[in-house]
Amino acid sequence: MTKAATNAGKAPLRSPSLNTRLLRAARPGRLLLGLAIVLGIASGAATIVQWAAFAQLVAGAFLHGRTLSELQGPLLRLVAAISVRVILGWGRTVSAQAAATRIVIALRGQLLNHLLCLGPGWLRGVQTGAVVATATGGLDRLEPYYARFLPQVVIAQLVPLLLVAAIWPRDWLSAALLLFTAPILPLLMVLVGDYTKERVDTHWLALTRLKAAFLDSIQGLTTTRTLGADALGQARVARQSETFRVRTMQTLRYAFLSGLVLELLTSLAIALLAVTLGMRLLSGTIGFETAFFVLLLAPEFYRPLRDLGTDHHAGMEGRAAAASIFALLDQPAPPLPAQPATLPPIASSAGLTLTLADLRYTYPESEQPALHGINLTFAPGERVAIVGPSGAGKSTLINLLLGFLSPDSGTIIANGVASTACTPAAWRSQIALVPQRPYLFATSALENLRLARPSATFAEIQAAAAMAAAADFIAALPAGYDTLIGERGARLSQGQAQRLAIARALLQAAPLLIIDEPTAHLDAASEAAVRLALEQLPPTCTVLMVTHHLATARLAERIIVLDGGKVVEDGSHQTLCACGGTYARLLHATASAALVVAP
Amino acid sequence: MTARTPTKTPSAYPLALLHGLQWAICLALLLGVLTVALNTGLLALAAYLIAAAALQPLLTALSVPLALVRFTGVSRAFVRYAERLVSHDLTFRLLARLRTTLYSRLTPLIPARLLAFHSGDLLARLVDDVEELENFYGRVLTPLAIAALSTMLTGLALWSFSPLLGLVVVGCLTLGGLLLPALALWQGNTIGRQQVAARAALQTTLVDSLQGMPDLLALGRAADQSARVAALDQHLGGLQRRMAWITGLQNALSDGLAYGATTLILVLAIPQASNQQFGAVYLAMIALIVLGASEAVTPLGRAFAALGRSRTASDRIFALINAEPATTDPPVPQPLVAAPLPLRFEQVSFHYAAAEGSALHDITFTIAPGEHVALVGPSGAGKSTVVQLLLRFWDPCTGTIHLGDHHLRDYAQDDLRRTLAVAQQDGHLFAGTLRTNLLLARPTATDAELDTALTQVGLAALVRQWPQGLDTWLGEHGVRLSGGERQRVILARALIRNARLLILDEPTAHLDRATEAAVFATIHQTQVDRSLLVITHRLVQMTAFDTILVLADGAIVERGTHATLLAQCGLYAQLYEAQAVDTLAE
Repeated sequence: MTKAATNAGKAPLRSPSLNTRLLRAARPGRLLLGLAIVLGIASGAATIVQWAAFAQLVAGAFLHGRTLSELQGPLLRLVAAISVRVILGWGRTVSAQAAATRIVIALRGQLLNHLLCLGPGWLRGVQTGAVVATATGGLDRLEPYYARFLPQVVIAQLVPLLLVAAIWPRDWLSAALLLFTAPILPLLMVLVGDYTKERVDTHWLALTRLKAAFLDSIQGLTTTRTLGADALGQARVARQSETFRVRTMQTLRYAFLSGLVLELLTSLAIALLAVTLGMRLLSGTIGFETAFFVLLLAPEFYRPLRDLGTDHHAGMEGRAAAASIFALLDQPAPPLPAQPATLPPIASSAGLTLTLADLRYTYPESEQPALHGINLTFAPGERVAIVGPSGAGKSTLINLLLGFLSPDSGTIIANGVASTACTPAAWRSQIALVPQRPYLFATSALENLRLARPSATFAEIQAAAAMAAAADFIAALPAGYDTLIGERGARLSQGQAQRLAIARALLQAAPLLIIDEPTAHLDAASEAAVRLALEQLPPTCTVLMVTHHLATARLAERIIVLDGGKVVEDGSHQTLCACGGTYARLLHATASAALVVAP
Repeated sequence: MTARTPTKTPSAYPLALLHGLQWAICLALLLGVLTVALNTGLLALAAYLIAAAALQPLLTALSVPLALVRFTGVSRAFVRYAERLVSHDLTFRLLARLRTTLYSRLTPLIPARLLAFHSGDLLARLVDDVEELENFYGRVLTPLAIAALSTMLTGLALWSFSPLLGLVVVGCLTLGGLLLPALALWQGNTIGRQQVAARAALQTTLVDSLQGMPDLLALGRAADQSARVAALDQHLGGLQRRMAWITGLQNALSDGLAYGATTLILVLAIPQASNQQFGAVYLAMIALIVLGASEAVTPLGRAFAALGRSRTASDRIFALINAEPATTDPPVPQPLVAAPLPLRFEQVSFHYAAAEGSALHDITFTIAPGEHVALVGPSGAGKSTVVQLLLRFWDPCTGTIHLGDHHLRDYAQDDLRRTLAVAQQDGHLFAGTLRTNLLLARPTATDAELDTALTQVGLAALVRQWPQGLDTWLGEHGVRLSGGERQRVILARALIRNARLLILDEPTAHLDRATEAAVFATIHQTQVDRSLLVITHRLVQMTAFDTILVLADGAIVERGTHATLLAQCGLYAQLYEAQAVDTLAE
């Protein structure tokens, strides 16, 4: 586990509390939320009118033998109150949902931007599936929290008070009884809720893991099939689903406990109220209409709390999801400079002077430093190859250059401006990258290329493709440049994907081009094409090529040999051959490997 | 995979999953109806108690209603608790069944039929769509049955007072339970479908944003991508708001209908009571029975409104399940004998889709038992397609592939793949430990065997340095490993298979040359008795191969040994010279 991964699973530091943060996050929808609450309370007032009319109607017919025409007044009031409640209820749902949507959209944007700030260096230590689950399902779970739970929390506190105020003048004894039971309920709910909260949190974690496991299983399906391990894979999914069910049921057994307590107390209170009202009617100390009115309002008194109980689950799930969302937001992003410097625009004639001073980096999960003490300067237009055995620190160096990782110490300076002095976006705008495993987006070949420069004309795109020896195979695709290339370029070979990525990088026309292992999947013919592309680049464009292949390294005028996180050799091919160090030994090994049987 | 069960229509299939759970369903329904009865009973009995007490009879006359009120007051909550547990357990059992079925149906479709699907989208299908179906079972099917039973019982109860009241209450409840939700369903259907599609699009874009983050950042397109996500989110939010208009109105109306029905019954009952058809003391109780019973039908509204989403989810799931695999097993598969068998491609041609050009053209070659064959050529020449056909992910369009005396498609696919070991150039490492990833190849392999394989690929020393050794967590896509280490783990996994034919697809693309040479040397030494097919564009230790096939543009253009091919001075000689000159210092 990396630092990042361990932190992601934990709740943030206690200040400020989750509730405060959830309220703060509600800012974009606070007016609509307020409206929903006001409508909910107005609906409570309509309830009083409704049941008073109802009690009057029943009492008139039952005890006084009145006919319907004599009861027109209460009947009309009853129908009017019902109509008002319908309209208020509708308005409440609509405004609460609108509020929730706004809040969730704002949060999702915030989350994505933060993840982009954290960058690939952070993402490397966590499961993408789990992060995706938080960004999609997790945020979706916040919607019922804001649309239902949060307004209901307020309404559940105010409407019962309104009802008690209506009962009090007619029958203070029942009002007192209701008022007495009211605080017991939330108290018990809190106790039970605290008891169940932890278990609900666990459930959320299990769901997140399940989702990550599914993504993993699906992406590995081809491998699973190739290994003839179909049955194993299926058993794995079956086991995960069953675990999920058992886990969820264990959670629900507790999550429903608060519902049980709530319902039990409510029905006991109503039964108690009915029995005492009955006894008081027997003794003649209360009238039927009043008693019936009180009985009708009793369920309404508890209803907001009961609704809260129904939404309680939504509230708990929302809170659990919020915890993992805030945990992601709490991951410290690399600090932005207070007053970001803009890199002076680089004239094509000037190019980029890049200086690395005493760069050090150690991965959080490792004790061995990946890089210790790198000092290098690259002149504008220099063509540099970085070679070294696997694990020498080549990829780490690139990640530092791109700002995907922040060095433990040391600085990177371009044209006199330190990387930490400008925004990451401004810094990266000077760099074009051909990654080791380029990611091709699920759109057309053209759109994938255009990502590099949206303003590029089709002719420029074609020219870049031609320079990267990608033009021919793109033209051969069924719909040419408009062909959709599946996830990770499913229809393209790795060599083709790599060449597309080279074309993309060339299109960027940045003063620094970084190529990570350009020939790993390219054949000899494509290698020649890459060489051609390098020759055609503007002479001021600095090129860093990271490679395992000495043939590629020879394309460069300067070769840097990395080993064990240090620069061990630095010079031209001839110098390094002459000095008889690591490079010469590597060269000897490859030469003998290739020529051991040469005729 | 075994023979497929007959294709079912999308809507019938969700019901077929209920098979074998009848008793659990009956129990859930029984508890559901009992909950409604006790809910209604508490208020109705309390109303009767008060009305009867208002007539000031003797206390003993009230003893039965008093006892009933107390009983319903206590039992209601417990029955409801049991009902919720039983129905949720039922739902999750069904969901687990659905997930497993879906995955196992998905397996034979990989990879031929799935190129069209994005894996972020697939994930949405598997997890979210399956959860969406929860609505169908838990919030549509069960509540509908409970509502129907409750309506009938309420109708009977009121019929005993007056047939007119019985008929009217059944009418009102049906209107509230069916007509209103049907109206909402009709309105919400389209939006529900759009919602599911919008959610899937959002998820796909989010997966792209996270997995493609290095590329996005390096290309400076992070802000654009954020804007795309925001636009998709706004679109989804708009749909959700429109849905809230419908569900909100429908919920408010169904509440209004419940109160309206109560009022209507009262209006009808008052003249009947004054005509002495029944005692006026029952008026309050009758009205509250209606109010209580309508609580059984109000939840239907929400369920029906969500039915559109459930149906879209269901359609997508079953469209996936019902797709035809590209390759199927024969009815009676040939047994695969243990003896080494020759593999023969005869005039094989293949194209992935009719619209695309041919990937392979007239390929003929044989790999004899124990023969080491290299397949070389430029990228895109069709080398990987040969492996796809060998694994029977696809069948050739024309021509035949024989293993021994039989056609490849005469064997069961599982049997066939068991005889092959493949190290793919872009193989998947599962989120798990190194050990679980290796054991996937052969679950019975011992630690010593794993260690041997790791030694052969030159990883054993590194693994021994790790504090947790074989139990080290590799992380998603094996990201904790360098490119070369990943590749060597995939290679080790293939070696562990002990299969008759070892196929290595660009096994050393990420390795430095020294490691590459060492790995090749070890493989040739240790696999001396086994057939070996190596697909590569790096011409390393080519004399160790018995046969070299040179592939260009989907056709074999040259074949022979290293020496004979060099002597031909053809494409192979060119490739070799280019490489040799490049690597030879001065």
